[in-house]
Amino acid sequence: MELRSYLSRVRGLGASHEGTHHFWVQRVSGIALVPLVIWFVLSATSIVGADLATFKAWVGTHYNPVLLILLIVTMSHHAYLGLQVVIEDYVHGEAAKLTSLILIKFAAVLLGACAVFAVIRLTFGS
Amino acid sequence: MVEFTLPANSKVTEGKTFKASDGSNIKNFRIYRWDPDSGQNPRIDTYEVDLDKCGPMVLDALIKIKNEIDPTLTFRRSCREGVCGSCAFNIDGTNTLACTKSIDEIKGDVKVYPLPHMPVIKDLVPDLNVPYAQYRSIEPWLQADTQPPTTERLQSPEEREKLDGLWECILCFCCQTSCPSYWWNGDRYLGPAILLQAYRWIADSRDEATGKRLDNLDDPFRLFRCHTIMNCTNTCPKGLNPGKAIAEIKKALVQRR
Ligand code: SF4
Ligand code: SF4
Ligand code: FES
Repeated sequence: MELRSYLSRVRGLGASHEGTHHFWVQRVSGIALVPLVIWFVLSATSIVGADLATFKAWVGTHYNPVLLILLIVTMSHHAYLGLQVVIEDYVHGEAAKLTSLILIKFAAVLLGACAVFAVIRLTFGS
Repeated sequence: MVEFTLPANSKVTEGKTFKASDGSNIKNFRIYRWDPDSGQNPRIDTYEVDLDKCGPMVLDALIKIKNEIDPTLTFRRSCREGVCGSCAFNIDGTNTLACTKSIDEIKGDVKVYPLPHMPVIKDLVPDLNVPYAQYRSIEPWLQADTQPPTTERLQSPEEREKLDGLWECILCFCCQTSCPSYWWNGDRYLGPAILLQAYRWIADSRDEATGKRLDNLDDPFRLFRCHTIMNCTNTCPKGLNPGKAIAEIKKALVQRR
């Protein structure tokens, strides 16, 4: 039974003062992704169906590894922020919410790290 | 998780039909009914109304039904001219004021439901305690530390203009209850009506508490549940733009970072 006043419930634990940061980073990473994704799509069409040697050469060319790593890091972070919003919207139990937030954070970092490692290895590795 | 289906005791059933005795210009009003004392599920009752003997607005028909056909029908209304905000319902699928919605505009049967996703007290009367408390939580009054002048607090015409599109809000909660984010998280998200009101005080040149007001909104749930879906702006019967007011709050928060 809940006998708290409506005002007390609405005020709850107060404002967390961190919504703006999330909002801003989501926009900035979104803006950064526009040129990165355009570059990737244009540039990657040339290597569709190529063999490993050609692909390796493409990854290692000029600034390609840097742009690829930027794309991977920005995209995983942006995707994490977006998924976080979806979970906060729809998952209502505190435990379920926390668990899913932690899981997607781990997944984003793990996938990002693997992809970055792949770029490094393709660039420098044998 | 969010519930997408109604609980068993909320499933709406077909109710009674009240036939008109005569008349050639008959319109069906299909109205949501729920009586908390009956222990029964909500139902849709159908009222045949002779439009030749009824005023032009949906509210005229509701009043006619209550006066002449079925006095048990329960709804809120007061001004009958779109200034009090009491008669907000979901009419023909859209939240609007019954007193400014003309029956002519509606093709086929007129469907009248309470504002969506709020607990129902009876028939068309929703429980608005939470949005009222949310309104109170934004402290909707002028706050200033400067010694008050002996005359009015002055504003330039340009400063006053900043309140246009905000002061006209009548707190009918049509926007509030049309917002999917408010449906899913109405306990923590303040919703478009309250945020428009919050911005009304942020935009007021006479108010000296802007920073504190923004502090209280800087929260992923209170403000940032708004995903610019714009249902609020589409539905506002006063033609206001809560979506834009919310964007202005976000802009101010980014600006002061
Ligand atoms: S903004 Fe419009 S719809 Fe929302 S409460 Fe105010 S008048 Fe009603
Ligand atoms: S713009 Fe924001 S407040 Fe308006 S309906 Fe969409 S999410 Fe709700
Ligand atoms: S009765 Fe006042 S707004 Fe409709």
